[in-house]
Amino acid sequence: MAHFTKATSVHDWLNQRLAIDTLQRVLSKEYWIPKNINFLWAMGMVLAFTFGILLVSGIFLLMYYQPNVDTAFDSVNYTIMREVDFGWLWRHVHAVAASVVFLIIYIHMLTGIYYGSYKKGREMIWISGMLLFVAFSAEAFSGYMLPWGQMSYWAGMVITNLFSLGSLEFNGLVEWIRGDYVPGQAFLDRFFMLHVLLIPLAILGVIGLHFGALRIPHVNNQDGEEFDFEEEAAKYKAGNKKESKVIAFANDFLSKDMFVVSIYLIFFFYLVFWHFGFAMDPINFDPADGLKTPPHIYPEWYFLWSYEILRPFPKDPGLVAFGFAQVIFFLLPWFDRSPNAVPASRRGLFFFWFWAMVIDLIVLTAMGKLPPVGVYSLIGKVAAYAFIALWVILPFITRNEKRV
Amino acid sequence: MGKVFGAVAGVGAVGALYAMKKSWDPLPSVKAAGFTTIDLSAAEPNKLMVEKWRGKPIFVLKKTPEMVAKQSAEQTARDIVVNGDSFLICIGLCTHLGCIPAYREAKLDFKCACHGGEFDSSGIETKAPPPSPMVIPPFNVKGNTVVLGEEGEAYRKMKEAGVLA
Ligand code: FES
Repeated sequence: MAHFTKATSVHDWLNQRLAIDTLQRVLSKEYWIPKNINFLWAMGMVLAFTFGILLVSGIFLLMYYQPNVDTAFDSVNYTIMREVDFGWLWRHVHAVAASVVFLIIYIHMLTGIYYGSYKKGREMIWISGMLLFVAFSAEAFSGYMLPWGQMSYWAGMVITNLFSLGSLEFNGLVEWIRGDYVPGQAFLDRFFMLHVLLIPLAILGVIGLHFGALRIPHVNNQDGEEFDFEEEAAKYKAGNKKESKVIAFANDFLSKDMFVVSIYLIFFFYLVFWHFGFAMDPINFDPADGLKTPPHIYPEWYFLWSYEILRPFPKDPGLVAFGFAQVIFFLLPWFDRSPNAVPASRRGLFFFWFWAMVIDLIVLTAMGKLPPVGVYSLIGKVAAYAFIALWVILPFITRNEKRV
Repeated sequence: MGKVFGAVAGVGAVGALYAMKKSWDPLPSVKAAGFTTIDLSAAEPNKLMVEKWRGKPIFVLKKTPEMVAKQSAEQTARDIVVNGDSFLICIGLCTHLGCIPAYREAKLDFKCACHGGEFDSSGIETKAPPPSPMVIPPFNVKGNTVVLGEEGEAYRKMKEAGVLA
């Protein structure tokens, strides 16, 4: 057994038992962050904060929500919204955070793509990040079911039908997932479980992996410059802070991170109090009805781009294209053949590829919201083909990239 | 030791997975709630009637003599004849992703608003994305009614002719 001495303070008492000094050193004081990064690198912290907000507001909603097909709708729209003191606040906070979290995830992802932060030893950071994206998507979808409104019901119907895998007609699988022929009580109960327990657990685990994946390759920087972290850290510790290219995570870097987070929170609560409506679909204020489809079904804005890739094709090719869109981003580190981990602006053709992808995603998102008629379906079709084409040409345009 | 542990763990894992799979299956009570009787005497020609069976909407459409006269053989093969009248009876879910198409009396067809699919008055798809006709559920004609969930004579004939889906 370790040797314990009489503690001289509470700090010392804890330190002997939990090694809090070592923890603090490893996790914050000697966790090195490059100096040369901009505010876009703070999105990780913004996401961590938003996840915390979702967790807390979710706990408060959980105390009054009832996962029952007869009472779910009223427990949300009446009990929580009108009876529970500040119930409306938790709901709006939860709904806005669920929507905004995707905005930040997309910014975080596109930052990673722009600066090449998925390359050369950073593949695991990228893959664990994409796993988080998938887990958050599943979390968002299962949460969307819970108010049991019309959009919940029909989104549940349409998305679970995807699992019949087109002409393969795996209807048994669909009924197994639902626990019924149509979304019903069994479906609501199990999605409730997924939303409040299983998926959040998985998310916490993958967040751990994502952070862990950063430790060895370290965070990228704005110029993609490779430097020796130990050497730079040594300079810093020797008091040569000016020359060192790194700073400590806490409190140096954290203060900047928190500055960005506080600006973000102002924006966030502005949305919560004045524009919460954008995160709610009017159709979901009608209770679920299995005998009436809303005229036009579309997902929340953050899924529109992949939905639009599904829509313009016949059933089977549509599913293949949709599946392609779901997995292709995972493979980015291998599709991009160039060895350069520098900003897109210094990478020639890749720069145009990046912005073409951004524009294509925006077009897909816009078309996904519009009804599938006339010129909109045409634009949607072109954008869906363009998405696939962009991925196909990526290895070719990056293969011959000059070394910088 | 390692092998014994491996064997025990393997058996345990398979058993646990099996139990997990079965726990997610539809409950017996859900599976048993399977039969619905529909009275067809109330049906009016070219007016869509919507019933419910296993939580799904069922379309019942009584065809007018003019509609029947104009039909192709493929369409007629899907008609359910009760007391001399021809009916379309099908699960009212689009075979694309399961939205409920709307009946347009003037055009004698169904329009699925979700992704723009269309079906004719016999439930046969006429415009993609739906890949196949709307499904005819198991039925049994009894006098002026049909029982859904029961496989009757006429249903079996349709099945053999391959016109159900
Ligand atoms: S669900 Fe009917 S066209 Fe897609």
